[in-house]
Amino acid sequence: MFDTSILYGLLGIVLAGLGLHAAILQRDVLRRILAINILGVGVFLVFIANAYKGPDAAADAVPHALVLTGIVVAVAATALALALLRALNAHQEDADRE
Amino acid sequence: MNEAMALTIGLPLLGALAATVWPRRSRCIGILTLLGSGASVTWLFALVMRHGEAWQALGGWQTGLSIALHADALSSLMLMLTALVALAVSVYAIRYFRAQPDTSRFWPLWLLLVAALNGLFLSADLFNLYVTLELLGLSAVALTALGGKRESIRAALRYLLVGLLGSMGYLAGVAILYAAFGTLDMRQVGAQIGVDPASEMALLLMTAGLLLKTALFPLHFWLPAAHSNAPAPVSAALSALVVKAGFYLVLRLWSEVFPQAISAPGAMLIGALGCAAILWGSWQALQAQRLKLLAAYSTVAQLGYLFVGLMLLQLTPAGPQRELVFGAVILMALTHGFAKSSLFLAIGVVQQHAGHDRIAQLDGTAQRLPATTFAIALAGVALIGLPPSGAFLGKWQLLSASLAHGQWLLVLVMGIGSLLAAAYVFRVLGHAFGNAAFASRPVNVASEEWPALALGMFATLVLGLGSGWLWTFIEVAA
Repeated sequence: MFDTSILYGLLGIVLAGLGLHAAILQRDVLRRILAINILGVGVFLVFIANAYKGPDAAADAVPHALVLTGIVVAVAATALALALLRALNAHQEDADRE
Repeated sequence: MNEAMALTIGLPLLGALAATVWPRRSRCIGILTLLGSGASVTWLFALVMRHGEAWQALGGWQTGLSIALHADALSSLMLMLTALVALAVSVYAIRYFRAQPDTSRFWPLWLLLVAALNGLFLSADLFNLYVTLELLGLSAVALTALGGKRESIRAALRYLLVGLLGSMGYLAGVAILYAAFGTLDMRQVGAQIGVDPASEMALLLMTAGLLLKTALFPLHFWLPAAHSNAPAPVSAALSALVVKAGFYLVLRLWSEVFPQAISAPGAMLIGALGCAAILWGSWQALQAQRLKLLAAYSTVAQLGYLFVGLMLLQLTPAGPQRELVFGAVILMALTHGFAKSSLFLAIGVVQQHAGHDRIAQLDGTAQRLPATTFAIALAGVALIGLPPSGAFLGKWQLLSASLAHGQWLLVLVMGIGSLLAAAYVFRVLGHAFGNAAFASRPVNVASEEWPALALGMFATLVLGLGSGWLWTFIEVAA
């Protein structure tokens, strides 16, 4: 049996794999931050795909709550990473000017 | 039933908010909050001592839906370590940040870090552990960047990205466990774990993620830069507490959730990496030109001992022998926590007085800063594992367990590790006691020097002489 939840689950695994690959191999920090976000989305998708319990049953609410929490954490982490990157670039520009 | 657990997490969290709202009072708020949460940790400790463990389901929801809090011997000892080290680090931080204009940024982040640590040690829910792990990582990264120098920001950014990768690995494991077993409660998951692909995949992902955060060789590459570029009080907390949180989680998952799924080769691999960490970390510490880098590499090495202990724990069948190894691992973790925070605080004092931390130019430090030099020596005794420090007894138990398993190589590695540790400690002390070209008057600043001394005393004397009691406590709580 092949239903959409398996499709979403597989998609999540593919996204997580792509994100992991880029996060390890990319040198550019901005790209790595994006890659980690994609990795996170992949993991969230695996979580959510798992909430589907068939066409007649209600979806499991726990993964939704977990993923919402996860998104908040991911946004905070991305904001911190971008702020640090900006601070680093500002230092770089100062150094270039001197 | 008991509010001690909620207070232990809630007080520092509220303190962090209050310190954000009233930045001018942040120092006072910080110390008071940590005293308060220290008191509730003591309360919780007494409860665990009497009842063996403590449970609480937040909000009164039934298990499975609620966020459960749980305290046993292991978590209450880690909480006590956190409370004592946090208090000493805070007293020193007041002094350390006096010269800097924006000390108000330190306190909210610092209290948030303590709240995250306390939450992590008390969570019995796999997803809640992920949240506390991320909170811990974010506050630790922000504290690392506090110095504002280019190197510290670069180290913080790398620390953040590595930490995020690690927690994503952990979260992927949690997703698999939830899909397979339909629960996030540690005990319920632990009861259903078996030798099946889902359990093994989850074990692999979660362990790999946590090892990255705990900086086990060869995943330690981010640690020396992050720990040596942070301000001294932050370095102390990072080395003593934050990496221990990752190890605590590995220890808990391995001994309570996954024991069925772990194969002997898996345990041997962790032990082999631990051995490599001991040798490589100690060797790098011996080569280090700067004191802070030496301390950071020494952390890499000391974490190796903990993972060797984890392997021995996995190989030992349940029984009194296993309890001994379990106690030894905890004792090593606690001793390192106190010793390394003492060392980093003492290095902070030396650095601020000498203006640098280059080991080769430290001659005469013993004349100028006698108390701080003594603190470095005390911490060194615990790092080498000389009696009467707690590490001596811990290592003794690990050695006898290795002999019982016929693991001669481990004995050799631990012996070489201890000799290398003695070499790097005496290299520092040798310079510190060297003759200065001109003698200056000794400096004694109590508030600056006693936190390091007290922590060093705790590692060397209290944990060493009182360690028999530790095993009784573990036994009572088991």
